[in-house]
Parts: sequence; structure tokens; C-alpha cells
Amino acid sequence: MSARDGILRAIRQNRPSGTYALPPLPDFAPLVGDDLIASFGERLERMGGRLAQAGPDGDPLGAVRERLAGARVVASAVPEVAGNRDLARVAHPADLADVDVAVVRAVFGVAETGSVLFTQDELRVNAVAYLAQHLIVLLDPADLLVNIQAAYRRPEFGRSAYAVLHTGPSATADIEGVLIHGAQGVRSLTVVLLART
Amino acid sequence: MSAPDDLRIHDGAADRGGLIHPEIRQPDDESERGPDGSRLQHAEGTTQPLSAAPKAAQAREPQPRGARIRGNRPIDQAEAAERFIAAPLHLKAHDERLWDLRKKRDAVAHTIPEWEELRELASQIKAHTLTNLDAYLEQFEAQAKANGVHVHWAADGAEHNRIVHGILTDHGARTLIKSKSMLTEECGFRHYMDAHGIEIIETDLGERIQQLDKEEPSHVVCPAVHKTRLDVAEVFARTLGTDPENDDIHYLAESQRETTRPYILTADAGMTGCNFAIAETGTVVTCTNEGNADLSGNVPKLQIHSIGIEKLIPRVEHLGVFIRLLSRSALGSPITQYTSHFRAPRAGTEMHMVLVDNGRSARLGMEAFWTSLKCIRCGACMNTCPVYRRSGGLSYGATYSGPIGLIIDPTFNKRKYSTLPFSSTMNGSCTNVCPVKINIHEQIFAWRKVLAEEHEIPLVKKGMMKAAGQVLSRPAAYRAAIGAADSALRVLPRFAVYNPLNTWGRGREMPETPRQSFHAWYKQNRAKTDGAA
Amino acid sequence: MRVGLFVPCYVDAFEPEVGIATLELLERFGLDVSYPFDQTCCGQPMTNTGCHAEAAATEALFVRNFTGFDYVVAPSGSCVHQVREHLTAIPQTPEVTAVRERTFELVEFLHDILKVEDLPWAEFPHKVSYHSNCNALRGIGHARPSEINAPFFSKPLDLLAKVRGLEVVEIARPDECCGFGGTFSVFEPAVSAKMGYDKVTDHARAGARYVVSADSSCMMHQKGCAERLGVPLKFIHIAQVLNGAAA
Repeated sequence: MSARDGILRAIRQNRPSGTYALPPLPDFAPLVGDDLIASFGERLERMGGRLAQAGPDGDPLGAVRERLAGARVVASAVPEVAGNRDLARVAHPADLADVDVAVVRAVFGVAETGSVLFTQDELRVNAVAYLAQHLIVLLDPADLLVNIQAAYRRPEFGRSAYAVLHTGPSATADIEGVLIHGAQGVRSLTVVLLART
Repeated sequence: MSAPDDLRIHDGAADRGGLIHPEIRQPDDESERGPDGSRLQHAEGTTQPLSAAPKAAQAREPQPRGARIRGNRPIDQAEAAERFIAAPLHLKAHDERLWDLRKKRDAVAHTIPEWEELRELASQIKAHTLTNLDAYLEQFEAQAKANGVHVHWAADGAEHNRIVHGILTDHGARTLIKSKSMLTEECGFRHYMDAHGIEIIETDLGERIQQLDKEEPSHVVCPAVHKTRLDVAEVFARTLGTDPENDDIHYLAESQRETTRPYILTADAGMTGCNFAIAETGTVVTCTNEGNADLSGNVPKLQIHSIGIEKLIPRVEHLGVFIRLLSRSALGSPITQYTSHFRAPRAGTEMHMVLVDNGRSARLGMEAFWTSLKCIRCGACMNTCPVYRRSGGLSYGATYSGPIGLIIDPTFNKRKYSTLPFSSTMNGSCTNVCPVKINIHEQIFAWRKVLAEEHEIPLVKKGMMKAAGQVLSRPAAYRAAIGAADSALRVLPRFAVYNPLNTWGRGREMPETPRQSFHAWYKQNRAKTDGAA
Repeated sequence: MRVGLFVPCYVDAFEPEVGIATLELLERFGLDVSYPFDQTCCGQPMTNTGCHAEAAATEALFVRNFTGFDYVVAPSGSCVHQVREHLTAIPQTPEVTAVRERTFELVEFLHDILKVEDLPWAEFPHKVSYHSNCNALRGIGHARPSEINAPFFSKPLDLLAKVRGLEVVEIARPDECCGFGGTFSVFEPAVSAKMGYDKVTDHARAGARYVVSADSSCMMHQKGCAERLGVPLKFIHIAQVLNGAAA
């Protein structure tokens, strides 16, 4: 007998008695106020991320211009920012090891947690969101969802090869509980509110 | 393999006093602070620095090691715990760190009005899935195959290791980066691959520390929580060549990042465990804070996901329950930094999923214990357990430590782990924090019964209980035993004060014996008319 | 109302005053309280060690002693928890289940059954730390445990609030087990004692002069730990405080 058949047979033989129905999921009231942007920003910052404020001249990218200007290698997956590393021509993900800043657009954001979602379509090369030193995320305020429950009703999870919620940058506290950003992935994550063009 | 130098993005790093990366941050750096200057409460960070965190100037306290493994003989958890307690710096740091996680868990759970309802839902969803596991596994397999994933089934840990080895051999793979997985710990995966010449690199910081120190993880979420920064500095100096005098945590973490990254870039294969497997879509979900599962799954050309068969949940929408519970229970943070959903291979790569039983289908048939399969490995029961916090995870000498370990480990080896269900006061806090409402302390109680009935408890213990039962069931014998007050300590309560080594008196003063028992007082002062009811 | 007084074995042997206070307190409310002479123990030491067969005769004796009462009351959450949840080594006849259902811990009996409103005789002008026995707290529901997201309540603190002059201090880890754990205290002595040291240190740091609890077993352990550490704490059972003990 194959392992598969053996396992399935054992499961059937050992099925616990009793019937356990799958419970319907209630709609929980959102734990955020009406101002989703404020809630999102507050929770994002609590998780170590930054919400960029528009500059005095109204330049939505004002807060990240300096970071972009100081970067030697910028990989951009968005039309709003010009990079100097073409993600369409990456032969192997490891080629992105020298990226200083990656810029990607989020599918949506989640106010309850300060999370943003990407799929392989936004990232172009999935690894760029982890190998880059810093991540800049463009998010259309209209794409903010209230909570995680709403997020998991979205179709992306059922159809994307890869979908990932980022909530702030890479972090660890594995040594004496001291918080470190950039444990293995990006050292910072900055969300810029910018409507889709 | 690239040298770490290749990764530098700025010049002059070598001039920075031993700090490897120019962007390394100082402990008081702004990234730990919120906009108002207060310490950030997110992720795994402590709410305040550990008061017990040892200073380098202090005499170094050797790290207490775990239980002594002696073949199949029962683990002496109490002995290992005693050595842990004999290392006060380690003990205090460990207890404070984990208690802080427990407090953070309480704080965040109490901000969610539906918290208890979420626990109940999670418990019911798991009960439903486990009692229909065959159907959900078949659905998962069909979906995964339709997604272009290679699906394998392993009856036990050895078969899991053989399957993965076979996949690696097929691809000529010699190096594998992996994220943390308790399942692969169960399987002895690293040891197996070591013996077969495959280089495994753990990419979770805590797990990497443990790998380099040749120790097992001591906690399901914080694998190196029993180590201080000084221990880590010693391990890294010995294995990674860091400065042995530099125990700055940022320096240590950065050193790990810089020395692991070349492996990440060049590894032939990547592997992750699995937090949730969604039957409806064939998706593997991992929850990490470091992003290392995403590196393991997204950089190498070959990716492998090891999945315990109990990880199944029916649909994507159910993540809306579990994701809300997992990190809040584990760390007190609303969500892990990364919640990753791997469904299909990237273009030009291969994706394998290995469904592993390793005792789970048998556990399903254990009436008193099958609900332990609901466990989502959050570690909340460990954080709250007063015994765990004071003995260290390695004292259990098993893959799973703490309360959940006490009820799972004996399913793997009833003799070797026969002592573990006794390493508990059965205070019940574990049950109350469990996000899937496993009645952990009641299962500990139930295990004791099973082990006593199957003669897996020491004869001396059984003998004591038999004697106690004989005295306590005979009023005359009982009265005779405590009749003379000064003999009470020798005879009663036997369970508390009687044992040949007087373990009570080693750490505590003995209770004083009163002049008169209640019984004698009552007889003297009240028993005019009646006695028995 | 006929009440059977159950005085657990260690109270009988080591803390007779607790039994006396319980009896007197119940009598203050005009109850007809009897103390069955042939009582010994609830069987907990054996069942907690997994030895259910060895507990059967003791359990049967318990049921024989306490059959026929309207209520059985004991000053111990841990023993009452055993009777209610774990007295299962003998066949569950109607007689057995009746005794199990009617067995109450003193605090819950006063709070839920007698619904005590005043304790005019009770005065205890001291700072006290209340120690929740884990079986009383999580097993029989004395209070809302800190892990649970539900409205706060505490039956023992409700009763202590009726005692004049008594001030309750809050400790850092209110629901943390003190490490007694029955047979755990002798089979895992190092961890048990360390838990006890931490507990009594917590009480002392909070400024408590007395530790009050509904369980003598936890206090016997903590007292031994406090004495060994030299922590100046006094221990008194809640029955004594509610019965008007001066100190």
C-alpha cells in the first residue's frame, strides 16, 4: 500500500466519533474607526513600518525622494518611480542581492493590522521584496480594507501563485527580546499613499 | 558562493569598529521607537529591556544544557530543570522574557471583543477538519496538483527525509536553506541530511543559533530563548568568527544576516514548514517575522514545503480566524510581519509539498487526546507555563516542550516521555491561553492515568499511592496514622511530606504540627450527640 | 439546611484552626452543620498521580460519609475540584453523582448559595494579598482568570470587601501558580520551590503583610518557602478572616 493510501486509511479508521459541523463565520464589527488611513498608519507604525506624509509641495513621494536619491540600485515595479534595475530582465532572483531600494505597489492595505498585500504580479520577481535593503510601497487609499476578515474574502488568495501580507519590515527578537529590523529581509518598509494612475 | 563583502551597499563598513554592516543600528535607535518616542510594542520585542539581561562585565554563567538523553529511558525533566534553576541569570532572563510575552498576549487579546468567540470558532473549525481529514487532504492534493505542484505523502519522519533527499538528488542539489519548522525537527531532518552530505542552513535567527550550537530549539516560536546574548556571542564567535568580546545584539543579529545571505543567494533548494494548508486552494501558508520563509520559497529554483497533515483548514476565509489568533497568542502582536501564501511554482521552478503523518493519524484515534491535533504551534501555553518558564524548553528532552509537549510527546514514545505529564502543576493557565481551546491541563491529567495504568510510572511512585490509598480509605488506619500529632509529618499527608529523600524540606521549611488535629478538637469540643451523619 | 463539613486531610492534620473557623462561620448563618467522623480524604493525591484504581476505596468512603446532606462544604478549592471533576474511580451511581453535585467550596457556598451580604463580625485591618488556588480559580470558577477576555469578577474578593479594615494589594502576577501542585511539590522539588519563592516575593513586594487564600495546601507550601527565604509574611485562611479572626 502506498503511504498515501495507508495514511488515508488510518485516518478513516481512527476518525473520532461525533459530528463536528463547520461553523459559519460571523461578520465581526471592524475594530477601526471611520478614518481607515489613520488606523492603518497607526498600526503600521506600531509594527515598525512608516507611513510617508506628502511633502510641503504636495509631492506624494517627497518623503522617500531622499532615500531614492541616496540609493545606488533601485528596482522599481511601478510606473511612478523610475529605477535603474529592470525587474523584467532578472535571470535569477539572486541577481537582486545588490538592490538598495525596491518600489512596489500594494494590491490593498488592511487598516486593522497595517498590512499590505502583494502577489507575484506586483512584485514581478517575488524575491525583490526580501533581498532589497529597503522597501517602498505605493498604496492607493481607496484600496484600504477594514480588517483581516475582509482581506480573506478577496480573490487574490485563490488565484495567485504567491500572495503575501507584509506588516512592517523584517523583524526578530530572538536574542533577549531585543527588537531588530532587517533580520533577514528588508530593513525598512515605507508606505506611500498614492492613488493608482 | 559570494563573500559577504559583495553584499555591501556602502563603502567603509570595515572602518566601523567591528560592525559588519554600515546600517547597523544602536540599541537606542529610532527604529525601536514610535513617533512619540515610546518604545514600539510590536512583533516579538519585549515591552522593556530585561532587567535580568546579563552584562558582559558580570561573571559569565555557563549556559545550562538540556535533559540528558539516555536511549529510551524516561527523561528526567526535574533533574534538567534543577540545573536550569541553578543558573540564576539564565533563569531570570528566560522567565521575564516569556512572562512578558504572556502579558502582551493578554493585553492584545483583551482589546478584541470577540476574542473568546474567535477561540471557539478556531476550535470548531479544527474539530470539523480533523474529523473529515481524509476528504480535506484529498481535496488539498487535487488542488495542489492542479496548481502544478508535486505532492508527496510520508507515513513517518524517515519517509519524509527519504522523499526530500530524493527530490534533492534528482536536482543535484547540495545545499538547502530552510525556515523554521517543528515538523522537520520531529523528523530529525537536519541530522539525516548531515549524514547524507546535504548542507542545511536554518535561516530563522533563533533556529540558526541553535543549529550552530548543535542544540534543538527550546521553544516553538523563540528557539533560542533560553540563551543570553553572551551565549549567542560565544556561539557566533566559535562558528561564524565574530568578535567574542562583542555581545551587542544588533551586531550579533547583523552578523547572522551577513553570513547567511550568501547561502540564501546560492542555495540549490529552499524549504519551509507550514502554518496552515488550505484544502480549497492547495495553498501553504507560513507566518514569520523575519521574511526567511519567503526567501526560502522565492530565491532557489527548487522549493519544498513540509506539511503536517493536521495543518489543513477548509477554506481561505478561515484564515480570517486563525491569522487573527496566531500572532496575538504567540507574541502579542496583531499579525506576523509576513503572512505568506504559496500556491503554485514560479515560472521555471519546481514546487513540492510533502504531507507528513508521523503519528498523527494514530493520535486521531486516541479518544482523550485527538484534540491536541488542533495545535497551531503558537507557544502561548509555554509562555504562560510557570514550570516551563523556570526549567527551559530543553529540560523536556523532546521536540515539543512545555504544556503542549507534555500531551504530544508521549504519543511519539510512551516510555521515554512517560515522566513529562508529571512536570506540571495542572494549574490550567495553558488551557485558557490556547487559541484553539485544547484542554491541555485535562489531557495532562488524563495522560497520568494512562501512564499509571500501563505501568509507565516509577514503581516507587505507584507504591506510595497504593499505600496512601490504603490508609486514606480506612478511617481507623488514618486516625491511627495522625492520632499522635508529632507522627503526622511522618505519615500524613504522605503525598506531601512523605518520601525517602525529604524533597519537601530541601527547599522549604516543614509545616509546624499543631497540638491537636481538627478531628480531635471536634471530638473534644463538639461531639456531644452525634458523629457520623 | 443540613450541611456536611468536609475537612481535608492536611487541614485536619496541620491547620485545624481552618476547620474550626469554617465550622463556626457556617454556624453563624444558622446552618445545621455536621462533621462525619469517618471522613479522611477526597482521593486527590492518588488521582492526580494517575493512580485512579488506588483512589477508588477512598472515593467510596468519601461518598459514604457525605451522602444525605443538602450540601457538603469544604475550605479547599482543590479538594472540591477533585470531588466535582475527578471523583470517577468508582461507578457513578445516583448516590455518587448527588454527593459530587452538592459539594461546594466555602467561598462559593457563601457567595452563591448563602448569598452573604454582611459579615458584621469580620474586621481585619491589614494589607493582604489574595492567593488564588489554581483549581479554585480555573477549575471551579472562583474568579475571572487573567487569561480570559471576559468581565472581571471575583467571589473571594467580593467577600473580603465586606471585611472592615482589610486592604487588598495587587501583585505583579496575580494568577501565577505558586508551585504546590500536590505531588508535584515532592516529585519536582526544585521548580516547585522556585515558584514558591517567586510567589512569596511577589506578595512581599506588593506590600502585603498577610497572604489570604481559600486553600491551605498552597499556603503550607508558600509558608515553607517564605520561612526559608526569610520573607516576613503571615498566612491566614479566608475562613478565618471571614469568621472574624483578629490576626
